[in-house]
Amino acid sequence: MADGRAAAKRQINSRLWLSGSWLLLLVIAALAAPLLAPQDPLAQDLFASRLPPLWQAGADPAYPLGSDSLGRDVLSRTLYGARIALVVALIAGSCTCILGAGLGLVAGYYRGWADLLISRFIEIWMAFPPVLFAILLIAVMGTGLTSIIVAIVVIDWTRFARVIRAEAMSQSAMDYVASAKVAGRKRFGIMVVEILPNVLPTIVVLLTLEMGIAVIVEAILSFVNLSISTDDPTWGSMIAEGRASIHQSWWVLVFPLITLFLTVLSFSQLGEGLKDHFDPVLR
Amino acid sequence: MSFLKLEGLSAQVGALPILRDVSLQVEVGEVRALVGESGAGKSMIGKAILGTLPEAIRITGGSIHLDGENLLAMAARERRHLIGAKAALIPQDPLTALNPARRVGPQITNRLVDILGWRRKQAQARVIELLDEVHIPAPERVMRAYPHELSGGMRQRILIASAFAAQPRLIVADEPTTALDVTVQKQILRLIRDMQQRHGTALLFVTHDLGVVSKLCQSMTVLYGGKVLEDTTVDEFFQSPAHVYSAALLAATPKYTDPDGSLMSVPEAVTRSVEAEIAAHDHRRPG
Repeated sequence: MADGRAAAKRQINSRLWLSGSWLLLLVIAALAAPLLAPQDPLAQDLFASRLPPLWQAGADPAYPLGSDSLGRDVLSRTLYGARIALVVALIAGSCTCILGAGLGLVAGYYRGWADLLISRFIEIWMAFPPVLFAILLIAVMGTGLTSIIVAIVVIDWTRFARVIRAEAMSQSAMDYVASAKVAGRKRFGIMVVEILPNVLPTIVVLLTLEMGIAVIVEAILSFVNLSISTDDPTWGSMIAEGRASIHQSWWVLVFPLITLFLTVLSFSQLGEGLKDHFDPVLR
Repeated sequence: MSFLKLEGLSAQVGALPILRDVSLQVEVGEVRALVGESGAGKSMIGKAILGTLPEAIRITGGSIHLDGENLLAMAARERRHLIGAKAALIPQDPLTALNPARRVGPQITNRLVDILGWRRKQAQARVIELLDEVHIPAPERVMRAYPHELSGGMRQRILIASAFAAQPRLIVADEPTTALDVTVQKQILRLIRDMQQRHGTALLFVTHDLGVVSKLCQSMTVLYGGKVLEDTTVDEFFQSPAHVYSAALLAATPKYTDPDGSLMSVPEAVTRSVEAEIAAHDHRRPG
């Protein structure tokens, strides 16, 4: 028993460490992008187009990860892309979480007409195809960082609301909620003090998953050219550009793709690790 | 005057009656058992008194007087305050009755802060006293523990301490020993009885265990299908149960002296006659 627990803890720890360090690295890279980037991410140089990464023949040390068909530095663009990706992940993720978890909690705990209203709303909402919905929203609001964040929040809050509603419902049936009620605690107080701490691990997992999803959605939208203005380097637009010249210069596609993959994976692993970390039984 | 008085209480889920015209009283400091098989509505009566009925269940008639005030005629807010100040619950399952995500100490001190308006420090000192009173070793350490770190018996002791914390005058104990193992059950029952006697609290003891009733209670109410069949003292019940169902229930209690350890159930003829009685009652009072 004690051994199993220690083994489980070790696994959790390595998970947290690996995903945490990648994300930390990414945050540092994003913050220090102007210092770290060897080139201006927007500077074009047609004489230096499609340079291969450092370890291949014909590389230029000024372009460590090579350059794209317009001669822009892949490393610099990936670093600057991290800024947008992280801002979207953080802001869109938290806004989605607050809106969705809040509504889910109210629906699951208060039940009655509030639940009826919120649940019907969720069902209607989920009938829309999400990517199409996002594209439509951005077409209406225009491109830009705010539109992307709004689009992600508007599409994804139902994910939180549904799960948290179910969790809150099962927690409400517990005796400790009845005891608090008998003690004369207000309903809102019970929701915040008794129910919320018990759904918090789930919220944390969903939040980190949502951050990963936000990064993907942003990449999808910039892949179809609907993200921020086309000037700003984003991983999605880099992948889109790289796709066009995949046979001549694979590195333009592959490096932002690996970064994107590791980032999304790290977010979900961080969530899993944190969930177990918060679990009072495993603690 | 009785401290708790139910008169003609009826409740329904949709059109299905859950409680049928239930009347019972608990005097100040009295220990009354509420006895019946599963589904008889005994827990529902406890929940109706404490205001924790599931939303699907609707009270359709009658009154609940707690310390002379009709709970059903009060505004929700006042009702909550009155119940909080005068009554408490010892729940059935100690495993779900403590919030798993919070430390034990604050869960009990909160009650004193909420109900009596005490300060945190003062409440903490009182809770340590209470935990000591229910024989919990090292109360300070237990208060910092999470529920999962404690055994079922420990948790039930904590819940008993928590129920008595704010000096309620009525405690509803909803089968408080069902989820515990037999050796612990006895200790817990003795503890409940000691605490009840020391504090002079009235106790409504919901159970299906007649052995427990004979040891703990003074009076009892027998329920079947949400209807009161018999309302009597415990001595009288064990000597000469008045209702056929009561007699059958008593006969079905397993004894060590049974020849081959065979288990008896309430004969079908009896349940059928009781159901006929209930049907006749429903017919007399439509709606």
